[in-house]
Amino acid sequence: MKNEGRIPTRMGDGTFVRLTRSEIRADLEAGSEAAAKRAKVPPLTEEETEHLCDIYASSARFTGVDVGDEIVLSCDGTGMKTHATRIQDLQSYEQWMGADLLELCVGDYSLKVVRTILAYEAQYMHDAQLATVAPLQYGVMPNLGLYSKPDGPCDNWNELLPQGRIPEARAAQEEALEMAVLDMVRLADTQYEAGADAIDWDTTGASGDPELLAALRATEIIRAKYPNLGAQLGMAGEFVLGMHGRLEYKGVRLAGLWPREQLLLAQQAGATMFGPVVNVNTGKSLAWNIARAIALIKPCMEVATIPVHPNAGMGVGAVPMCVHPPADAVSRAAKAFVELLHVDGL
Amino acid sequence: MGGIRAAGDLVARMQMTRGMRLREAKEYVAAKLGVTPFDLSDPVVMTEVRNEHGFGRIHSYAISQPWQANQIEAKFNIARVLDVPINCVEKFGERTAASR
Repeated sequence: MKNEGRIPTRMGDGTFVRLTRSEIRADLEAGSEAAAKRAKVPPLTEEETEHLCDIYASSARFTGVDVGDEIVLSCDGTGMKTHATRIQDLQSYEQWMGADLLELCVGDYSLKVVRTILAYEAQYMHDAQLATVAPLQYGVMPNLGLYSKPDGPCDNWNELLPQGRIPEARAAQEEALEMAVLDMVRLADTQYEAGADAIDWDTTGASGDPELLAALRATEIIRAKYPNLGAQLGMAGEFVLGMHGRLEYKGVRLAGLWPREQLLLAQQAGATMFGPVVNVNTGKSLAWNIARAIALIKPCMEVATIPVHPNAGMGVGAVPMCVHPPADAVSRAAKAFVELLHVDGL
Repeated sequence: MGGIRAAGDLVARMQMTRGMRLREAKEYVAAKLGVTPFDLSDPVVMTEVRNEHGFGRIHSYAISQPWQANQIEAKFNIARVLDVPINCVEKFGERTAASR
């Protein structure tokens, strides 16, 4: 009987756990199988599993990709008044941290909040563009839920659905998504005039299929109006929740879509970057989580014509669900995404 | 890729605004700058290249270069050398005498 040494690794909530290489490998296989079973994607190959095992069955404090294989980091939320003014924050990220791209946003990050301060945000973008070099996008999350009562004007579909009032819930979502499309286009209008390089729809689909539809339709309108304005579409989860259930974009039903199909629609809408998300299971090891994430996103990479930046941070992309993700976990996830999926960024 | 310490901002710009995938973006930027894709994440090579083209650099009082282009000035040079329209540069030109 072989007595294997134990290697410090982490659970999805960030806590340390000591596993043997065989246990790590078993978790990798289980994570891959979980993805295959749920999303009907191919499981990881033997070679891919072994490659991941080499990355995760290591006690190194930090790891990285080979020299020359560096990728772009999309650095969302870099200008949100973390430690100084927002412009100074953007300059800090550019000058001190070497961020590849920058993002101006407000702390709340919700579209419905930003719609009331469009002029101020545009002025800030204008001023920030004069003082920075790196490409600078404006980021916002559609957060369609805020369009429902008591925060917004539409009936609350989350209250209507448990009552079995399905038609009213659907009508409320349809009303909200029309409002969101208008607000997203108005936001893009003002940001384009202010000199923005791109718009980032972040955590898209958090409110399910109506929210994704709003983002796709707004992206299509914006890209047609402003071909030089990029549009990044980042997801909220791996699976589109069917809060409405019947909404379609270009003949494809949105409820239940996995990353590959989400990407195909983002490309059709004209998005210039796509950010798939795979949520972390905090009760499983990082090995389980990375194998599941890689298996779910791999089909994206085979059909991508635009850059794919999987979300990797605080509870997504096999990065632990904690406020300060440990560098050992972040660097392992990044290396895995680059070496197995050849992602365009993170 | 190191942002403006190397050429991460240039590659990111091609991704963000032109929808280029990583390899295509790296090859495009490298060809325009006369370097290899490998060089783009090397701050040693790229500091020289950025100086040559006026692309803006990390600046602090310890490594000041007030005679070099930076911020919006640098983006005029980036737009010209990479041959891509940059929205704020276009707007700057429309709103000032810079395009005349």
